[in-house]
Amino acid sequence: MRPVDVIVQGVLVGGLYTLFATGLSLIFGVMRLVNLAHGDLIVLGAYMGIVTTQALGLSPFASLLVVVPAMAALGYALQRLLLNRTLGDDPLPPLLVTFGLSIVIQNALLEGFTADDRKLAIGSLATRSLALPGGIAVGWFPLIVLACAIAVIAGLQALLYRTAWGAALRATSDDPVTVRLMGVDQRHMYAMAMAVALAVCGVAGVLLACWTNVDPGAGPQRLLYGFEAVIIGGLGSLWGTLAGGLILGIAQAVGAAIDPAFQILAGHLAFLLVLLIAPRGLLPRMAA
Amino acid sequence: MTNQQDAPGPTRRRLLGGAGLATAAVLAGAARSARAAATVKVGYVSPQTGPLAPFAAADAFTLAAAKAAFARDGIAVEFLVRDSQSNPNRAATVANELINAGVVLMLVASTPETVNPVSDQCELAEVPCLSTEAPWQPWFFGRGGKPGEGFEWTYHYFWGLEDVIAVYTAMWSQLSTNKSVGGLFPNDSDGNAWSDTAHGLPPALAKLGYTMHDPGHFQSGTDDFGAIINAFKSAKAEIVTGVVIPPDWTTFWTQARQQGYRPKIASVGKALLFPTSVEALGRAGQNLSTEVWWTPHHPFRSSLTGQDCTALAAAYTKATGQPWTQPIGFTHSLFELAADILKRAKDRGDRHAVLEALKTTNLSTIVGPIAWGKGPMKNVTKTPLVGGQWRLLPGSELKYYLVIVSNTIAPEVPVADHMQPLP
Repeated sequence: MRPVDVIVQGVLVGGLYTLFATGLSLIFGVMRLVNLAHGDLIVLGAYMGIVTTQALGLSPFASLLVVVPAMAALGYALQRLLLNRTLGDDPLPPLLVTFGLSIVIQNALLEGFTADDRKLAIGSLATRSLALPGGIAVGWFPLIVLACAIAVIAGLQALLYRTAWGAALRATSDDPVTVRLMGVDQRHMYAMAMAVALAVCGVAGVLLACWTNVDPGAGPQRLLYGFEAVIIGGLGSLWGTLAGGLILGIAQAVGAAIDPAFQILAGHLAFLLVLLIAPRGLLPRMAA
Repeated sequence: MTNQQDAPGPTRRRLLGGAGLATAAVLAGAARSARAAATVKVGYVSPQTGPLAPFAAADAFTLAAAKAAFARDGIAVEFLVRDSQSNPNRAATVANELINAGVVLMLVASTPETVNPVSDQCELAEVPCLSTEAPWQPWFFGRGGKPGEGFEWTYHYFWGLEDVIAVYTAMWSQLSTNKSVGGLFPNDSDGNAWSDTAHGLPPALAKLGYTMHDPGHFQSGTDDFGAIINAFKSAKAEIVTGVVIPPDWTTFWTQARQQGYRPKIASVGKALLFPTSVEALGRAGQNLSTEVWWTPHHPFRSSLTGQDCTALAAAYTKATGQPWTQPIGFTHSLFELAADILKRAKDRGDRHAVLEALKTTNLSTIVGPIAWGKGPMKNVTKTPLVGGQWRLLPGSELKYYLVIVSNTIAPEVPVADHMQPLP
């Protein structure tokens, strides 16, 4: 087995995992909300992409121009109308509500689109690859996904740490009562954060549907990878989430190289190992 | 579990015994015919939602046709239909519900994940059960069946791994290859049965001179097949085979092409059954091959509606606007067999009588003749299997059609073309 090839392929799939995890990381970092419907929202984004490409005849990448704003609007409405009402000292109501939301989304998609799996066609881009020395082939599409993941993380980082809006959001996260005295509406800030998170879900969904077939039940498994990436990287840290996604991808690739049966297990083991060594993740931003 | 339903009959007969045997016989006979006319309950379980849902796409269409035919023949039946949600635990739960509701016959279709748990529950509760649309080895050995002993209440009809092997190797022999085969198997009941070193593909392929490379079983739903592709590349596998669900095949096949892995033949079970799954691959679906269990060109006729295969497929397309798929014929055949069994049962309301009728089935159905006793196991009988290749419709970028390219073990099904290598 060629070790460099294994790691390269692991990094590529890690880009996809990072995109799954980013929205989760942001939402948990800002309002300590564990969104159990996150995987299903990604699948919803995928279906939005499928509908947009079919209805408007757009390419999957162009469909992002429609999907991302639509998902952002949905996120704002979701937080403002539903999830804000569940936030409080008790962590249980938001968990239960997002769990219910997960079931609602899955069944609504099932009603609307049947259980047939679907995929977004990206033509020859799907199979084209870049030949690297040493006989390593890097698929263009996985490379684009990795680039998107890095761009999304870098963009969010800039948004949070370079803009006034980001400062207000971080302040809301740190002390929601005091920011209200400063004239910041925390409900609006939370809703904006959810809008950003779902915009990323839209990107992840469209890219997932280009990567493989999606069906209405495809969400929960993506949620698990997303969680692991967030925890490995450290709660609330965006660069940590990228590191977490890549570590998960590499661990799975190394496991699969030993025996394909160890692929998923190796990811879980890496996750447990990180918890043992650094219980707060690799790059924790905030005190637990 | 004792048969409580029968208790009143013999008791009444014994009571009347003093009043005269002749009267008793007449009364018992009257009771029996009264019960035969009463509505009996038939259960049907299939994966109507979840990843296996395309198997059940023809359910509503088939049930409507079956209800009409049962009414015409005067068989008073209430069908209790349940969804396994593609989940084995759910399948067992709904099977129990149906058993408690008093079904006299259970019908169950599509993949070991649904068929096995329902059959197990029926065997435990002593309810006659007919199953199909799962290869017989995962159904038989996966449930701990012992050759020579078999099961008492559960009967199965479909093809087996030996048929897949015969069909695949017959297709492969039409092209020249290095006989090196890469095995793509998930860690599930189908994957384990197909790759079993005692009953599965590896020993049978070895006998025919093929070398099987099985790098290990992946977890379904993975997004990265890099390790398996590398293993196939280093084994110089010119043939890929396996049994995977459509999303896994799409991920594998796309990544294989990115990695420059180009086998000459790919014959895969389960993933390539439905046109939508092949269309998801874009142009990369051309010349992929698969086992074919039913087509509109099979030379059989329904005992329930009199339609031939072409007419049944056309009726489905007319009713739903969807192209035909392979499960249409098999789902239809379950209800054909149910009608035949209930017609022949001496007492439709009695599970033992229904089981007796089931055991002595000898019916020509839309999927071929069904009669137990000639099969590889006591409870198993087989239906014909052929091999097909997906080809792009001329002038189309996306639409595929299925061409039969090999019929060595089922010569009654016509062949349309020769096997072609992957582009």
